[in-house]
Amino acid sequence: MLIGKSGKIPSSEITPEGMYLNRRQFIGKSAAVVAGASMGSGIGGSIEPENSQKDWSKVRSELDEELTPFDDVTSYNNFYEFGTGKSDPVRNAHTLRPRPWTIEVGGLCDNPGTYGLEDFIKPGNIEDRVYRMRCVEAWSMVIPWQGFSLKDVIDQAKPSGSARFVEFRTLHDLEQMPGQRYGVLRWPYVEGLRLDEAKHPLTMLITGVYGKTLPNQNGAPIRLIVPWKYGFKGIKSIVSMRFLEEMPMNTWKRSASHEYGFYANVNPDVPHPRWSQARERRIGEFRRRRTLMFNGYADEVASLYSGMDLRTHY
Amino acid sequence: MRLIILRSVTWFAGLMPTVWLVWRFLDDRLGANPIEEILHRLGDVSLIFLLVTLAITPLRAVVGWNEIIKIRRPLGLFGFFYLTMHFLTYAVLDQTLDFEFIIEDVLERPYISIGFTAWILLIPLAITSTKGWIRRLGKHWKKLHRLAYVATIMGVVHFYWQGKADTYWPTLAAMLITVLMIYRIRNSRGRWRPQVREAKNR
Repeated sequence: MLIGKSGKIPSSEITPEGMYLNRRQFIGKSAAVVAGASMGSGIGGSIEPENSQKDWSKVRSELDEELTPFDDVTSYNNFYEFGTGKSDPVRNAHTLRPRPWTIEVGGLCDNPGTYGLEDFIKPGNIEDRVYRMRCVEAWSMVIPWQGFSLKDVIDQAKPSGSARFVEFRTLHDLEQMPGQRYGVLRWPYVEGLRLDEAKHPLTMLITGVYGKTLPNQNGAPIRLIVPWKYGFKGIKSIVSMRFLEEMPMNTWKRSASHEYGFYANVNPDVPHPRWSQARERRIGEFRRRRTLMFNGYADEVASLYSGMDLRTHY
Repeated sequence: MRLIILRSVTWFAGLMPTVWLVWRFLDDRLGANPIEEILHRLGDVSLIFLLVTLAITPLRAVVGWNEIIKIRRPLGLFGFFYLTMHFLTYAVLDQTLDFEFIIEDVLERPYISIGFTAWILLIPLAITSTKGWIRRLGKHWKKLHRLAYVATIMGVVHFYWQGKADTYWPTLAAMLITVLMIYRIRNSRGRWRPQVREAKNR
């Protein structure tokens, strides 16, 4: 129950466009997030009265794109910990217990320690973000997430001067994540970001979608979203975060380094060795659309990579 | 009587996937990405039919039932039919006939090149599957139709190459085609030759 306690939200309060949607209303609501954090969630989450009245159909991306329907966002997932088929996670992820949940912060930082989920979700932190999600498999969605800036956590942890990367790990638990019994990938799933990427204002830790607690199949209770990168960078069900001097080895790069790199920036000009990345199928649309450089966030993030050859640093 | 049942089962198995996909489409049960779902299921079904087609000759020796050779042709043609539907789904639904991209895919993406080649190879086989062509081609017919092995192997490679990390089913398909090839090669060398007469009607 992510957003449980605040009153009815008039639809006039919902900013129809823009990257930073209804920030203010979430400031009020986020107190409820902490209260709700220990209450547990089922798959898909229950429909909160005020959220059912919230008219998501009017919400659009900053490029005036329609949202991908909730049912598609929560039933078409790559989450190999619950099976390799797209519809496996929604069927199998009920074994995950996202509450209570702790995250270990460590490595090169001044404030290491084990944090409860509620330590991160501070009043005033939870924001709406409507982001495009572009999978490396050339499909995409537009998703209204709720979460907070990864930068907030990094600032709390105070990485030391030598830290240049952040590494994340997913829960490794064969009972909660039965897909980990199969050696499809090396478990646990590992992802990483350069520290400047991690501190970028677009980079978010996500705890909700469509105003509901993040469903298990979408990476409950907390996942990463880096909207200018391919979806596999968005590591799910995070239990550990470490600051490192060396670039961490992310799971897909380890699995096939000639196909998946560390950066994994969305780039229509650099094809996957086996397929083109020039176009994508937006879920719900018939004709493929052209993929945008950095998934449409080039103005915000291109400067992070100035001087880098994006063909070799794919 | 047994043959009638066998033929009915073959036609039932051949038409079921179509019925199943159409039913799921009408019932809106193809998931969030229906084009991908149709594409992948047609590919699966096609490969299954091609593998079963190639398994008929060894199976005939193993179970000692000559008549099953009579379902080899319909099985192969169903395989070709679903492969054609698979390609058309790719070209029409997935790529909306944007030939610029289709040509680039066929030329530059190895898994698509090999899958496309398999389909092209099977076209003459489908055409010459009639009694008239079998008669006309005589000895050459058998040689020509060995291409079915080549095309099916290409199909398995295509299946293997298109996946990301989960190689379970492609590996199974590869194992099956390997067993069938070993049987075929041993058989042609004269060892292991099963005690069955060639059917008059292939």
